[in-house]
Amino acid sequence: MTDLLNAVLVIILVMNLFALGTSRIRAVIRTVSVQGILLGVAALLVHQHLTIPVALMIVVAIVIKGLLIPSIMMRALRDAQIKREIEPLIGFLPSIILGALATAFAMLIAGQLPLASQHYGTLLVPTSVATVIVGFIFLVSRYKAISQVIGYLILENGIFIFSLLLIEAMPVIVEMGVMLDLFVGIFVICIIINHINQAFSSMDTRKLVSLKE
Amino acid sequence: MAFAMILFPFAMAATAAAVPSNRLRPWLLPLTAVFFSAATVFVLMRPALMTTSPWLILDPPGRIVLLAISTLFLFCSFYTVGYLQYRKERSNRVFCACMLGFLGVMSIVVWSHHLGLMWVAIEGTTLVMAPLIYFNRTPRSIEATWKYLMIGSVGIALALLGTLFLAYASVQAGLESTLAFEDVLQNASLLSKPWLHAAFILLLVGYGTKMGLAPMHTWKPEVYGEVPGVVGAIFAGGVTSCAFLAVLRIYQICLAAGEQAYMSRMLLLMGLFSMTVAGLFMVNQRDFKRTLAYSSVEHMGILVLGLGIGGPALFGTLLHILTNGLTKGVLFLSSGNIHRAYDSKSTDVVRGAMRRLPLSGTLFLAGFLAITGSPPFGPFVSEFTILNGAFDAGRFWTAGLFLFLLLVIFIGMGKTVLAVVQGSAPAQVGQTPYRDGLLTAAPIVLLMGLVLLLGLLIPAPLNTMLHDAVSYLEGRP
Repeated sequence: MTDLLNAVLVIILVMNLFALGTSRIRAVIRTVSVQGILLGVAALLVHQHLTIPVALMIVVAIVIKGLLIPSIMMRALRDAQIKREIEPLIGFLPSIILGALATAFAMLIAGQLPLASQHYGTLLVPTSVATVIVGFIFLVSRYKAISQVIGYLILENGIFIFSLLLIEAMPVIVEMGVMLDLFVGIFVICIIINHINQAFSSMDTRKLVSLKE
Repeated sequence: MAFAMILFPFAMAATAAAVPSNRLRPWLLPLTAVFFSAATVFVLMRPALMTTSPWLILDPPGRIVLLAISTLFLFCSFYTVGYLQYRKERSNRVFCACMLGFLGVMSIVVWSHHLGLMWVAIEGTTLVMAPLIYFNRTPRSIEATWKYLMIGSVGIALALLGTLFLAYASVQAGLESTLAFEDVLQNASLLSKPWLHAAFILLLVGYGTKMGLAPMHTWKPEVYGEVPGVVGAIFAGGVTSCAFLAVLRIYQICLAAGEQAYMSRMLLLMGLFSMTVAGLFMVNQRDFKRTLAYSSVEHMGILVLGLGIGGPALFGTLLHILTNGLTKGVLFLSSGNIHRAYDSKSTDVVRGAMRRLPLSGTLFLAGFLAITGSPPFGPFVSEFTILNGAFDAGRFWTAGLFLFLLLVIFIGMGKTVLAVVQGSAPAQVGQTPYRDGLLTAAPIVLLMGLVLLLGLLIPAPLNTMLHDAVSYLEGRP
């Protein structure tokens, strides 16, 4: 079971790097969508004995992360009529290298933190930390508003991976609240993106400089 | 009782969304606020009602935040009616629904005794406030909304990670994993230290972003500069106080875990850094609403600083939630009036506010004196108590820096505020029809009265509440 789980986690790590190195936003959204579905699979693998609330939570997570949010973002993308992230602050290749370094760094940190005995041997903690850092790289290095939302989503995915360690501590209702907040948050953000697009005729956040000191 | 206080504002928000009349709809706010404040007073007098379920308990620090925000909201709600009369050209459906929604979400924050639930509610405040920033529909307000949503969401995401780390700290220690506040608190000393430390940093950074502590404060000047005055008041006195309550929770857990030394260093650093940043950016600030934003950064810094000093400064810190919130109400509401009368918020244009708007101008000046800690107003008492606490705790350097920064901020803020209120308006500045009316001036006068009252004497029930909260935080029965 642990081997299978680790395999899924490694795929998630590779997808992070792929997302960092791709300029076509549509492809990045698809990657994040598949990542969301894989997270659901990982959650199934973590739980040896499934209860109905947990299964329900996993289904909701897959639907929201894998289907609903990507479709909202695709729609925002279509309305804005853009295809590519052009000239990010950090180039595509350097971002991949940065992402790989972040992954190595996450492995190091995770080695320092003590784990509960049942979690030894899994890659949950390093994958989680690495994914959070990749989300950050995305957030600070991309200019298109939609790319920043993708970065936020990757960051949330990293947090979700960590939450797999303690599904018992997070009662299902709270987990549901988290999901709902994420969903509504992305929804509101996409509406704002649309307005940015209308008001500035562009989704480029560099245009948002009128409030600079 | 908790369910009533949470569901009632949401029901009213739904009503506001359903009412068709743009003229009548704003009156739902004062109506809700009056009932909500009455419920607040009612519940504060009856300890038996404060425990609804293991997840919903109104603990002593929560009581103070509830009192502060419901008082502020009460006055703001009347002001809103007056404000929206000047904005008839626009539908206020979303505005009213979100204001009431905030009250409901805030109620969950103060009642929640479960760290996960509290996180959900604080994220909720981010979401209900976003449409309020966007009310003016200008490109600049979109920009402010965008920055708020992105920075706020990332901050809150880090807080979630911190919450999960905290939960794992108990799993790793072999305890039953839980996020119910009372359970975490009881086992605090057994928690795994490395995870607890990491959790503390993430939670402080995460909720600190919502509070607007430097260096995560960058959304604040943009947002406070663009929002209507009343929304600014709710932000500076309400949203930030909710986030501070979250910081208080983690403070209490770390204190119970015996990590005071580790925590104090971080809190003192954050507090003094926020005050420094606020002081630097206030100098030569030409936009008076942005000045208020930096003042809010400063006061969040003071709150965290007070926590960092701990022990003898806690009383002042908790009192400061109340005095800062109410004084911020005075400042933002009066600055909103001045903004409307001049149709500008730059000190190049806005001059002589005392002559054009004698009441709002005077209140703005009085609010400035109060917030910078001049006697005899409320913030003077709370800041003085914190300073006193710093000396008592033997932190002379901290106390000295604190005083020095207060002085710098007084001078920096004073320059902008005096430019606004003194002199006379330049000849080319056009007249706008706005003059102070009953609904836009009276709430500010009453708030100012309260700020003055808190400076002159602290009512005995409030004093008891504050002392209860201090002993609760320190883990004394």
